[in-house]
Amino acid sequence: MSAEVLALTAAQAGERIRAGELRSADVFAAYRDRAAADELNAFVWVADDVPAAAAADAPLAGVPVAVKDLFCTEGVPSQAGSKILEDYRPPYTATAVRNLQQGGAPLLGKTNQDEFAMGSSNENSAYGPVRNPWDPTRVPGGSSGGSAAAVAAGLAPWAIGTDTGGSIRQPAALCGIVGMKPTYGAVSRYGMIAFASSLDQAGPLTRDVTDCALLLRHMVGQDPCDSTSVAFPEEVRTPSAERLDGIRLGVPEELTGEGIEPGVLENFNATLRTCEELGATIEPMRLPHAPHALSAYYIIAPAEASANLARYDGVRYGLRAPEYDDLLSMYTRTRRAGFGAEVKRRIMLGTYALSSGYYDAYYGRAQQVRTKIADDFRAAFAAVDFVVTPTSPNVAFGLGSKTDDPWAMYLNDYCTVPVPLAGLPAISIPSGLSEGLPVGFQIIGGAFSENRILDAAYALEQAIGFDGSSARGIAGPDAPRPGQERRPDGGKG
Amino acid sequence: MTSFEPVIGLEIHVQLDTATKMFCSCALSFGEPPNTRCCPVCLGLPGALPVVNAKAIEYGLMIGMALESELADRSIFHRKNYFYPDNPKAYQISQYDEPLCRGGRLGDVRIHRVHLEEDAAKLIHVGETGRIHGSDTSIVDFNRCGTPLVEIVTEPDVKSAEQAREWLQLLRETLRQLEVSDVDMSQGSLRCDANISIRPVGETGFGTKTELKNMNSFAFIERGIKAEVIRQTEIVRGGGDVIQETLHFDPRTERITSLRSKEEAHDYRYFPEPDLVPIRIAPEMLDTARAAVPELPAARAARYEAAGVSADNAKDLAFRAELAARFDDALPVADSAQATAALFLNQGELAAEVEPESVATVSNLVGAKALTPGNVRAVLEILAERGGDPADVVASEGLGAIADDGQLEGIVEDALAANADAAEKIRGGNMKAIGAIIGHVMRETKGRADGGEVTRLVRAKLGL
Repeated sequence: MSAEVLALTAAQAGERIRAGELRSADVFAAYRDRAAADELNAFVWVADDVPAAAAADAPLAGVPVAVKDLFCTEGVPSQAGSKILEDYRPPYTATAVRNLQQGGAPLLGKTNQDEFAMGSSNENSAYGPVRNPWDPTRVPGGSSGGSAAAVAAGLAPWAIGTDTGGSIRQPAALCGIVGMKPTYGAVSRYGMIAFASSLDQAGPLTRDVTDCALLLRHMVGQDPCDSTSVAFPEEVRTPSAERLDGIRLGVPEELTGEGIEPGVLENFNATLRTCEELGATIEPMRLPHAPHALSAYYIIAPAEASANLARYDGVRYGLRAPEYDDLLSMYTRTRRAGFGAEVKRRIMLGTYALSSGYYDAYYGRAQQVRTKIADDFRAAFAAVDFVVTPTSPNVAFGLGSKTDDPWAMYLNDYCTVPVPLAGLPAISIPSGLSEGLPVGFQIIGGAFSENRILDAAYALEQAIGFDGSSARGIAGPDAPRPGQERRPDGGKG
Repeated sequence: MTSFEPVIGLEIHVQLDTATKMFCSCALSFGEPPNTRCCPVCLGLPGALPVVNAKAIEYGLMIGMALESELADRSIFHRKNYFYPDNPKAYQISQYDEPLCRGGRLGDVRIHRVHLEEDAAKLIHVGETGRIHGSDTSIVDFNRCGTPLVEIVTEPDVKSAEQAREWLQLLRETLRQLEVSDVDMSQGSLRCDANISIRPVGETGFGTKTELKNMNSFAFIERGIKAEVIRQTEIVRGGGDVIQETLHFDPRTERITSLRSKEEAHDYRYFPEPDLVPIRIAPEMLDTARAAVPELPAARAARYEAAGVSADNAKDLAFRAELAARFDDALPVADSAQATAALFLNQGELAAEVEPESVATVSNLVGAKALTPGNVRAVLEILAERGGDPADVVASEGLGAIADDGQLEGIVEDALAANADAAEKIRGGNMKAIGAIIGHVMRETKGRADGGEVTRLVRAKLGL
């Protein structure tokens, strides 16, 4: 039963359930057992009880979903990968998760992540790093590394994550799955533990493009609890395009040359040729301000984070230092003990950038750069349908190989960071292997062009015929028992 | 010795009387058990997001209109960052460089700006002092947290403690009549800080200012400012310099203590609140707000003065909106606006039970000497009870003033004869004794005699 279920995509499993050929409880149990036996440390909590069967006509048919730890889930640990929220169980559920539950996708488990979504390797988790199912000595990418690894390894049929600078697309690329960051505002942020409010956006991590469209359809929608959310202008459709005839693909000089690993670049160029075979035209173009995106991002995101993370003060929930002399020492000791090094680094950066006398030079200037980047894309989409780049400049790298060099780590997001700065949607699909490891191909579109992106991605996916099944062989014992969450530093490595 | 004048600016925080909080749907709290009016948003739980209360925007616009401010067509919120246990997000959502309203005026004080923000939670310090220093434990009640606040900042136009109190009373009455707040200082729904400096009379520059925080009654405001002006004057006269600091006035001891100095001032690291979209003020929002703004005390008082009401009576009436509305109905038939205004103020409760036009008519009858002031109350009581035409009531009850000189003269003569002792005393220069004569005449006439006329007759009869 398990192998048969495992071979199905989430959409296929849903169809079998609706046809009466599969029981949703069996699908849940099969994945629950695999998730509970996770040796990648992809999960920090796995559901215990099989949920009541979803309504027979529920669009998601009871196919369970793995959810990044930072989504608030009522009564279930929601720790954002941080020790400061150890065993924090919120009194409410995030809108995106609730939408999926209402669509018929129960919660399978909570997935590991970089602490407060700050990282590109999932090594910044208080609950231990996640391993890449293609090679357990390598990172899965981050910050949604747990969600990406779980889907790639077949520990979950599908998953959701969040993307701030690339946190869905980059781990999807490094794990050989599909990941999509929707247009800013398409999915409610209510109940997503915030990293950088003007950039954070939830999206699907799935085995294929069809699953991605199906999951996204049940995530989007305006939410009265999130004033930055907007009504999605159309239904997210099941993609069906077979060709890319007439599609103009812009290839930005700035994001497809220097800094991209040769094997990745080779794969990218091969993928462009496939696109041409499908009828697309390739048009070299420029995004002149894109090289400044990382710098702007590392001002804006930490600035917002410095305020968003200030609430973790030990007063109301989460960790409080056991001993303190007064209010100030309670604050400082709690935060010193509760936050990891990368989070502290970004809080310091952001606090500095917003300080009196520095605001204009840093935060103000970064916002100007952000506007220029958005203008670049706007100009680009007057001439091309999509902008395409490699998702990540490199394939999955070794655990610990970049932890001592923050800038080298930050460069992982070189191709993904301009997109959220402009609020745009983008997908990463697996486009082949380099050195035996997956490479991701990124398709960026204009605001609310998700359906067109999904169609193009689907056509390309069919032509590429990527096989990720080998990653689904690795899963074993040594994992949290069902119904239990991992303790901080309880993971491997 | 150089004489100094105070220069005072006020910052007023007003809790808006909306149904729900500023950024969530919790009901506002009025003394409910602690922490029963809160939700993930106002508790600052991870993942929760604010949503602006449209009613608070409308109330803010109404206040801006009442204060003759310039209303923004686009306004944004900022985060004001600071750590404190009463501030669960560790930032307050407030407004910074794009407030809802700029400029304006109320009475003799110019307005600098008006903006919206959220109130903090309430801290209760357990221990001897009741303040955070020296307390063993502090507990937090989040019921108040997120209550909509409007901050009104004046220009430094206030010149004395008395003026500060009087102006705040005008502001409070204005806000009360706008029905946007219950403006109860003792409950903290109206709170005032004062920025105070002094300068030699005649100078136009400003001295170093201090900020006196959170005075919670009009009396404390007046006393606090007075005490601070005296403190600063003594420092400067003693050759010292006033230090820029935030101060606390203890009304029990009249002592002023420092809360923090300029060096300890926070860097609030303001930046635009990314969880909220800019507010665009649509014309319909302005229409709704404008329709809800009634005539306010300052305008009303000015209108009454122009109609001939004394300044004091005009202000007193304008501060009593319901009574003033009745006065407005009476005004078209009043022979004397001042006399009718005075009648409304003197007989407030009773006058409120009588048709406004009838009150004016009663006042007119007194003016025409057809009714004596002493019988006004009796007439109003009858009108309150059964209504009717005031002149008919006066006639049918026999309460009309005695107009016939001959009749009154006879009664006065009888009174002098019956009170020979009093008459003697009056003749001897003791005019207080005339009370007995007047009393006698009033008894005989059932109050229908005109007191002035009786006095004139007494003096004439006694040859004074």
